[in-house]
Amino acid sequence: MNTQDKLVLGGREFTSRFILGSGKYSLDLIQAAVQYAGAEMITLAVRRANTAQRENILDYIPQGVTLLPNTSGARNAQEAVHIARLARELGCGDFIKIEIMRDSKYLLPDNQETIRATETLAGEGFVVLPYMYPDLNVARDLCRAGAAAVMPLGAPIGSNKGLVTGEFIQILIDEIELPVIVDAGIGRPSQACRAMEMGAAAVMANTALATAGDLPRMAAAFRQAVQAGRLAYRAGLGRVLARGASSSDPLTGFLRD
Amino acid sequence: MENQFFVDAETLSPAALAKKHRLESDPSSRSDHMDYLPDMERIQSGVYQQVAAHMENYDYRRYTAAQVRAALEHEACSVEDFKALLSPAAEPFLEEMARRARRETGRHFGNTVYLFTPLYIANYCENYCVYCGFNCYNQIRRMKLTGAGLEREMQVIAASGMEEILLLTGESPRESGVEYIAGACRLARKYFRTVGLEIYPVNTEDYRLLHESGADYVTVFQETYDPRRYEQLHLLGRKRVFPYRFDAQERALRAGMRGAGFSALLGLSDFRKDALASALHVYYLQRKYPQAEMSLSCPRLRPIVNNEKISPQDVGERQLCQILCAYRIFLPFVGITVSSRESARFRDGIVRIAATKVSAGVSTGVGDHESKYAGAPDGGGGDEQFEISDGRSLPAMYRDMAGQGLQPVLNEYVYV
Repeated sequence: MNTQDKLVLGGREFTSRFILGSGKYSLDLIQAAVQYAGAEMITLAVRRANTAQRENILDYIPQGVTLLPNTSGARNAQEAVHIARLARELGCGDFIKIEIMRDSKYLLPDNQETIRATETLAGEGFVVLPYMYPDLNVARDLCRAGAAAVMPLGAPIGSNKGLVTGEFIQILIDEIELPVIVDAGIGRPSQACRAMEMGAAAVMANTALATAGDLPRMAAAFRQAVQAGRLAYRAGLGRVLARGASSSDPLTGFLRD
Repeated sequence: MENQFFVDAETLSPAALAKKHRLESDPSSRSDHMDYLPDMERIQSGVYQQVAAHMENYDYRRYTAAQVRAALEHEACSVEDFKALLSPAAEPFLEEMARRARRETGRHFGNTVYLFTPLYIANYCENYCVYCGFNCYNQIRRMKLTGAGLEREMQVIAASGMEEILLLTGESPRESGVEYIAGACRLARKYFRTVGLEIYPVNTEDYRLLHESGADYVTVFQETYDPRRYEQLHLLGRKRVFPYRFDAQERALRAGMRGAGFSALLGLSDFRKDALASALHVYYLQRKYPQAEMSLSCPRLRPIVNNEKISPQDVGERQLCQILCAYRIFLPFVGITVSSRESARFRDGIVRIAATKVSAGVSTGVGDHESKYAGAPDGGGGDEQFEISDGRSLPAMYRDMAGQGLQPVLNEYVYV
């Protein structure tokens, strides 16, 4: 079996396929979360990092972990571009996760504005990972606009409902050349595992860890679930019967030639 | 009208006293509180009618324990569920409500709690609101901060580490006009990442100017959503115009402000109806302006200079907690601010359940942050709007919130 199974984004190779969020738990837990999750990439809100003193989230992220700053707070493409440039100024690197929301209740992404922002930022040399509603046409547009991956939501942010949009994410996985990273809604390790079995390139989680009883232990559980799902995908799933056993009495047994 | 509020200052002239007494005792001496003044902008909204219909028909006594249980079991809380959660029938379910509220808060905000400081830049007022320490008949030291004095206060607050500031004024367009407030916003942007406003309601074009000057959040307290009670409490001045105040947040959002804050002042009227109306005001405006970031506060009446008797009456801590849990379950995504009107004990408890934002290093006077929090001698600032209860400084609040297992956040904001 080929053991080299790297996720490549923006020319950078990652062994871990579990991306960690950072915004919903105490800063002093970040290090343990990264360690137990085996994460090599962590998201953070630029608007949270844009702070003067006392405790800056950037100081809590271990060396060697790739920062994936997000544009949360942006309501349109122009604001997302502005925030992405600020991320670069703050020293967060060239990766940017585009989040554009015009809805403060469900925090659902605005796909049209996301395409526009992707185009601009990819043109400026950013490694663009757009958070999106899983729509095949939009995913294709994002590819053309220069995205490095697409990040469809499994369910609304913070809902912990899992792969509510699973069928549509599967279509993206089947049809899109870019890595498909499932973002938002993943509430438990089994859901992360299922996403990986389906062929997702990676999974991201935040609330599921933040609201767990024991954050580092849950991070470790996600790590193993993501690895198991990935291994299963690479192994090729065997027969999965939809309902009950197959009939031992073949329907075509009457055929004679 | 029952009276815990009326206090006569000895220094008022006989003519002023006579006018004050007439306003207090003779409704016909007062203007129509539903009539706009000529310079007040009218917008086509419809939100008030939606809120008012619910409020008028809300008979909270008819809800039962079974309805409360059902409301707690529903995944999405409907308006009808919310009404049950605010009712007396829900009082025995307070612990269950708190647990549900805590779960919702965790999902949407994690364990973060935002810290900010209010800065009263002026306490002049042209209104007679009978419960308020700034009211025009109350004899207090009036002042407004300008130039170096204003900048000094901001420097003192910024030096404490605070990154979000809420600028407040009394309601006097004459003494503290929009241009003056816009100047204060521009100055505040030099020292703070986030600038909010709690000032008198203005027209859309003035909100636009304030937004372009760096302010991005506007809070307006409706005080009470019951227009009949409102009329009895706001006897004189621009603030008397009820519908103009109601539409203030909508004008602010139309002017490009990112967020809006809402509240009734609990204890002025039927608090359950006021809590219902406050949340529905948010609910309907959010449907109309889905991008807006909404927040709710829950102030209770407090004693004021020259009247120690003012109290929140029937709104006890359990009632306040019930309201906040109901808000959180009905509107899981909104920010909830609990001010220093409440005790340190209450605030420490409620941030673990429903609140997402608390003030620290607070003064409701004008120009006295340096004497209160930086050890300078009292320089004789303007008097306070009300007495605060929780006087913790920023470092103390930061430490106490972290001690509760919460992550204090001083800024999560980019002005774009």
